[in-house]
Amino acid sequence: MPSTTETSTAVRDQGGAASAAPPGPPPSRARRPSRWWAWGFLAPVTIYLAAFYAYPLYRNVELSLREYTVRSFVQGGAPFAGLDNYRTVLTDPAFGPTLTHTVVFTAASLVFQFTIGMALALFFHQHFPLSRTLRALILVPWLLPLIVSASTWSWLLNSDSGLVNAALGVVGIDPVNWLTSPGWSLTSVIIANVWIGIPFNLVVLYSGLQAIPTEMYEASALDGATGWQRFWGITFPLLRPVSLITLLLGLIYTLKVFDIIWIMTKGGPTGSSATLATWSYRLGFGNLLPEFGPGAAIGNLLIVLALIAGLVYIRIERRQQLR
Amino acid sequence: MTTSTPRAWWKTGVGLVLTGLMLFPVYWMINVSFTRDQDMRASPPHLFPTNGTLDGYRAVLDQQLPYLGTSFLVGLGTVVLTVALAAPAGYALAKLRPPGGPALSFLLLIAQMIPGIIMAMGFYAIYLTLGVLNTLPGLILADTTLAVPFAVLIFTAFMSGIPDELLQAAVVDGAGRLRTFWSVVLPVSRNSIVTVSLFAFLWSWSDFIFASTLAGGGDYQPITLGIYHYIGNNNQQWNAIMATAVVASIPAAVLLVLAQRYVSMGVTAGAVKD
Repeated sequence: MPSTTETSTAVRDQGGAASAAPPGPPPSRARRPSRWWAWGFLAPVTIYLAAFYAYPLYRNVELSLREYTVRSFVQGGAPFAGLDNYRTVLTDPAFGPTLTHTVVFTAASLVFQFTIGMALALFFHQHFPLSRTLRALILVPWLLPLIVSASTWSWLLNSDSGLVNAALGVVGIDPVNWLTSPGWSLTSVIIANVWIGIPFNLVVLYSGLQAIPTEMYEASALDGATGWQRFWGITFPLLRPVSLITLLLGLIYTLKVFDIIWIMTKGGPTGSSATLATWSYRLGFGNLLPEFGPGAAIGNLLIVLALIAGLVYIRIERRQQLR
Repeated sequence: MTTSTPRAWWKTGVGLVLTGLMLFPVYWMINVSFTRDQDMRASPPHLFPTNGTLDGYRAVLDQQLPYLGTSFLVGLGTVVLTVALAAPAGYALAKLRPPGGPALSFLLLIAQMIPGIIMAMGFYAIYLTLGVLNTLPGLILADTTLAVPFAVLIFTAFMSGIPDELLQAAVVDGAGRLRTFWSVVLPVSRNSIVTVSLFAFLWSWSDFIFASTLAGGGDYQPITLGIYHYIGNNNQQWNAIMATAVVASIPAAVLLVLAQRYVSMGVTAGAVKD
């Protein structure tokens, strides 16, 4: 969008100036008299953001700063506890392992999703008969409700009757307790999550590949470059911006992952596949006696991680638009 | 580019194998949904549903219809509310350039990154106070938060493509801004409305976290909870679980068959600006 890039940066400059002051009569009313009424169209979504994003977030912060019991949760009047809930969470013996699981889950998911997605994107970029149809079909795992994917994988990985163990048995490998042994549960949920994430990586990277001018390849073919040289010399450098965005979006999504782990293992056994998201849910909703304070505290730690990733993403994307 | 040389067909073969591998779990879900209870624990597992049974689907008809109905209603409600909120906003951000608009777009981007568990906990606290836990409108409102920021960004991206001359012509003809939006902008934005509606429906249909926290104890439970209760049962009937999963996947399949173009548009629009 070469033509819109300039205007959008111009608009952004205006916005940067305007966002410093609260909405009201603009100082430059004489110059741009007709812009403020546009907020009539934006009013519904602005009110919505305040009521259904900002307010739940505020409630969540409030939950994390007070000492809630079930009674005070319903009736109000919970005493202010400062950072006690955060202290409780950070000194919990489960905190270290859970953070490690979150990092391992996220990193492993990203690496495998991205690598396999990239390989498939390169393969499908070659345009052969049926390539469009097959590429569309591969989207299926990404579109399925997560509970469907998670329960299907639960059965595939079932210790006694799962197909995976049956297949391993044919090769002569002893059955693995995928979901019920602490050593394998994290691997199992990573496998399922990678499967779900591959299509997204494929589609985004494929659209990045399409943006590379074919002349570049033709020129390098004249120079006698091999396929491998073409990949490292042309495709990979030119795909770097798209790859970076794919990975960052993947990071933001993966930090949020809750459904798959909760449905497959509930974070267990003995917390061996728990991440920050499932721990937070367990504290708030998974036990008979809910602990909303610590649960909300973990949620807020998670949001800080997600927002850091998000801000990096926005920065990189803006820089690319400016170029 | 498509050439039907033997080499190209050889690639098609590899492509078929790769696609088959990726989709194998989906096939397995369908296969298990037709498997009889007594064959469920067979060793080795039956690769094809020979001696297939429809017991699983009978269970769906007997037990899951209310869940499916709830999911359908919640999905429709989410679609309507999302489009109603996001289309005017997209128009304003794309065409009217209000002061502070970019700041709002920025907030919407940030809003997409908030983990669902945090939203769920905040909603739970609010809904408990308001007494709207386990209600349809409550679940619909929560589910729209999955789609609204994305929808505004999609509408903004698509509506920037509407030629300014078209809008100016409407103004010359004496149409007000509201009128222009209603009778010019919305009709030419059909594609983006379809894209947004499809994703909003699919996301609310697939939602588990809001359902389990905000609707888990009530009369209005969506299909994701229907499956979840099945899994939680001690005598797990896997053909019934998988049959429900197959039925719950129908919207995704329909979406892919009828609207593949829109799906790729939606997937890439958020990530890649060409």
